[in-house]
Amino acid sequence: MQQKLTVTQLTKYIKQIFSFDNLLSNVCVTGEISNYKLHSSGHMYFTLKDDKSVIKCVMFKTQNRRLHFKPEDGLKVIIRGYVSVYEAGGSYQLYPEFMEPDGIGDLYLAFEQLKQRLEGEGIFAPEHKKKLPYTPKSIGVVTSPTGAVIQDIMNVLFRRYPNVVLKIFPVMVQGDGAGKQISKALDALNKTRAVDVIILARGGGSLEELWPFNEEIVARSIFKSEIPVISAVGHETDFSISDFVADLRAPTPSAAAELVVPEKEALQKNIMDKRLRLKRALAGRIQKERQLLGQLAKSPSLRHPLDRLNQLCIELEQLNKHMGNSMKRVFESAKNKLSVVCGKMDALSPLMVLSRGYSITRSSEKEIIKSISGVKPGDMLEITVTDGSMICSVKEVNNS
Amino acid sequence: MDEVKNFEDAVKQLEEIVELLEKGDIPLEESLELFQRGVALSGYCTRKLDETEKKIVRLIEENGELKEEACMQEVQE
Repeated sequence: MQQKLTVTQLTKYIKQIFSFDNLLSNVCVTGEISNYKLHSSGHMYFTLKDDKSVIKCVMFKTQNRRLHFKPEDGLKVIIRGYVSVYEAGGSYQLYPEFMEPDGIGDLYLAFEQLKQRLEGEGIFAPEHKKKLPYTPKSIGVVTSPTGAVIQDIMNVLFRRYPNVVLKIFPVMVQGDGAGKQISKALDALNKTRAVDVIILARGGGSLEELWPFNEEIVARSIFKSEIPVISAVGHETDFSISDFVADLRAPTPSAAAELVVPEKEALQKNIMDKRLRLKRALAGRIQKERQLLGQLAKSPSLRHPLDRLNQLCIELEQLNKHMGNSMKRVFESAKNKLSVVCGKMDALSPLMVLSRGYSITRSSEKEIIKSISGVKPGDMLEITVTDGSMICSVKEVNNS
Repeated sequence: MDEVKNFEDAVKQLEEIVELLEKGDIPLEESLELFQRGVALSGYCTRKLDETEKKIVRLIEENGELKEEACMQEVQE
């Protein structure tokens, strides 16, 4: 007769078969994730499928903690783990211990995922980028204390601008825990405001070696930093998350040193230059004014101020002369006129007439006699001639 | 005249003054004033450039505090 088993006994039997099977206790499976859910407990639940079959998966927190990337629906993955029985559910499940994306590297995928997420949050946006100080007094460098990177930075820095304080904050730049150290360094520098600008630097390397600069914790610290951060990670062609978040990206650590300070010599020359131009401009200006003054001083009105006066005197004299002459002429002409009139007067003068032989006859009443009427013989008449007068008596009166 | 905020600001003001003086059509007294200010600014700039001393320091975090330690690292050519 067949043995009667309980459900539990049957289930346990089945489970044992799974666990003793070599393949199923260490299997490598490839498939597509669907129905992915991250439980609050930290365990991941999803279904792995291909076009014909599915298998349920549970990746416990202890295993999935090590994942760099975030599993998501539609993602093709390669899983290494074991298959076992979930007794309470009466189903078999795949328990992934290792998982990586099928097709692209897990790190690269993680990079893309974080980049997209942070970009979506707007953390890379240009508005958040701070301007670097033009002449920083102290510069903080978060990098490995040994190696070419710090030497390169120091070389370039002190060549360009010798008067600067360099504060080196040594950190691990690869491996586990490096991200955390970097983040702590940035936070510490910010808390004490120890420097005016920070250079975050690391030499070239693989994606894995540069990984700490792609970690979210570093990105957050860079974003939070109130001190401007320059990210100089890897080679020119390497782009890391820190490059995107930072206030400025430098293609190499040396380039960072060039970006962070101006060339002191160039600045000094510029100032000297300006000082010279200043002096020249003023000298030129004064020279111009002097010349102008010189010109004015030369002008005849300043040199011979009396000239004008003399000129006017001469003119006055001339006028006087002319006036004199004119007056003389007027005078002469008047005199002539007078002469003529006098001459005329003379000719008409009764005395002249008398001298020509005419005489003036007056009556005894001293009336001038012009006619014979009123004259009788015997009348007494006074006759005035040029040199005297005679009293006469009328003998006869006749008509002419 | 504005107050000088920093080195960059001083250079900018100096540049402006030089341009004004070179253009030439300012009254002579004002030219002299500008010249004086220009010389003062260039002196300020020169001083600022030499203000800090070169120093290399290594930072150590101790109990949440940053301590500075003189660094023996020298620049290698």
